[in-house]
Amino acid sequence: MNMIANRIADTYLQVRGAGKTYPSKHGSVVALSDINLDVRLGQFNSIVGPSGCGKSTLLKCIAGLENITSGNITVSGKPLIGPPDRMGVVFQRDVLLDWRTILDNVLLQAEFLGHPREQYRDRAMQLLERFGLKGYEKRHPWELSGGMRQRASICRALLCDPDLLLMDEPFGALDAMTRDDLNVELARIWQGTNKTVIFITHSISEAVFLADRVVMMSRGPGRIVDMFDVDLPRPRPLSVRETDPFGVYAQRIRHHFAELGVLHE
Amino acid sequence: MTNGFIAKFMRDSRSLDIVLVLIGSILLWEVVVRIFNPPAIILPAPSAIWAAFLQSPWIFVRNMLHTLSTTAIAFAISVGLGVILAVGIVQSRFLERTVYTLLIAVNSVPKVALAPLFVIWLGTGASSQLAVAVMLAIFPIVINTVLGLRSVDPDMLNLAKATRASKFDIIYKIRIPNALPSLFSGMKVGISFALVGAIVGEFVAGGRGLGFLVLTAQGQFDTTRVFVSLVLLGVMGTILFYAVDVMERIALPWHTSQRQPTT
Repeated sequence: MNMIANRIADTYLQVRGAGKTYPSKHGSVVALSDINLDVRLGQFNSIVGPSGCGKSTLLKCIAGLENITSGNITVSGKPLIGPPDRMGVVFQRDVLLDWRTILDNVLLQAEFLGHPREQYRDRAMQLLERFGLKGYEKRHPWELSGGMRQRASICRALLCDPDLLLMDEPFGALDAMTRDDLNVELARIWQGTNKTVIFITHSISEAVFLADRVVMMSRGPGRIVDMFDVDLPRPRPLSVRETDPFGVYAQRIRHHFAELGVLHE
Repeated sequence: MTNGFIAKFMRDSRSLDIVLVLIGSILLWEVVVRIFNPPAIILPAPSAIWAAFLQSPWIFVRNMLHTLSTTAIAFAISVGLGVILAVGIVQSRFLERTVYTLLIAVNSVPKVALAPLFVIWLGTGASSQLAVAVMLAIFPIVINTVLGLRSVDPDMLNLAKATRASKFDIIYKIRIPNALPSLFSGMKVGISFALVGAIVGEFVAGGRGLGFLVLTAQGQFDTTRVFVSLVLLGVMGTILFYAVDVMERIALPWHTSQRQPTT
């Protein structure tokens, strides 16, 4: 284990020449083409791209929910067969179960993974507290706002202390202010945890604000067109978005969007 | 609890409307009969119907209890069997392609027309009545439950798959609770159908029950007694429907408290 870890330096997730082709009525559709990606342990990666660029498909492949049709993916040096161990997933919809309390929804992760619930109760309460949901653990999802529900679904993903956190446009359905709040909270909680994050978004500023590295994808077929490190000090206040360096990063993404014709300069 | 329920009922203008409209219609009916004085064989007055009931209340109550028990037993069988069938259909591709296909096909047959067959197979009496009631009630329950079991958010299933949830967990912790609201809407249709089935069963298989009373009273051109049975059936149907509704409120507070008032 140690030996492997040393050999591949600290690359945690490796995607090599990954492609995905769907059969369809009008011949085969190339959803992903020649994706190459090395993600360091503990690195926060934003994947940004227009809709239909295959970013969600890529995430599902990394999550082991769908298979790639060419190339390979390794996690901790092991080829991916099905969902990796120690992974948490957050989707755009919070998919909380209406009939369970918030606490029971968070504990669902442990139940599904086959761990005893009671062992995780304290941790669940801590997580809820850290996300400002203390006092809401006995409430049901329908009694909470969209932002609070999504916070609960992040707590659920983090319950069993995953090494890899996959987030598929988690804040896409929220209003702008709630989204800003959650960006700051997510960055705060992630910092210093050494969790590797793949964060899918179509918001340029969200991508830059959160990430150590931004990966830009384009469509037809889904492919990576650009990749750059975001060298901004952490913790980042929301006001970092008004600074020049931030503007340069955002502009670099916007430039690609404009070239794709999804955004006019 | 009771107070809250009554208060809620009074606040719910729709329920109040129903009561007022019912009382108004009965009064209007009484007045119209008094003024135009049609022969009792065509339209008896509400007061005459009430009097006919008081003349031999126990005959009506005894037959009502018979219809009630047929309906309740048929409903219970339909729910039990229906849920088992629905889970089987959703879990097994084979059952879906065989049993479910057959159910859908048979569902489009006017099932009341099949009632006489049961008399041939099971003879006259309680078992035929029960069989007809189950046959009518089980379809909406199975079909609704299948829909409910299937209508799980695909991302919820992705989440379960990503955490390697067991098949049992997916059924027991996601699909079944998710299907409960649909099961209950199937049950609401089912309870009414069970009553219809019980009556049709009594029509064709005879013996006892309010349906049988309707038939015998009709044979004697005793329209007043036909109406007594009809009113009792109406009361019974309403109570049964609301019993399921109350069960739903108790079982699914997370669902009913969110729902906008319909009807």
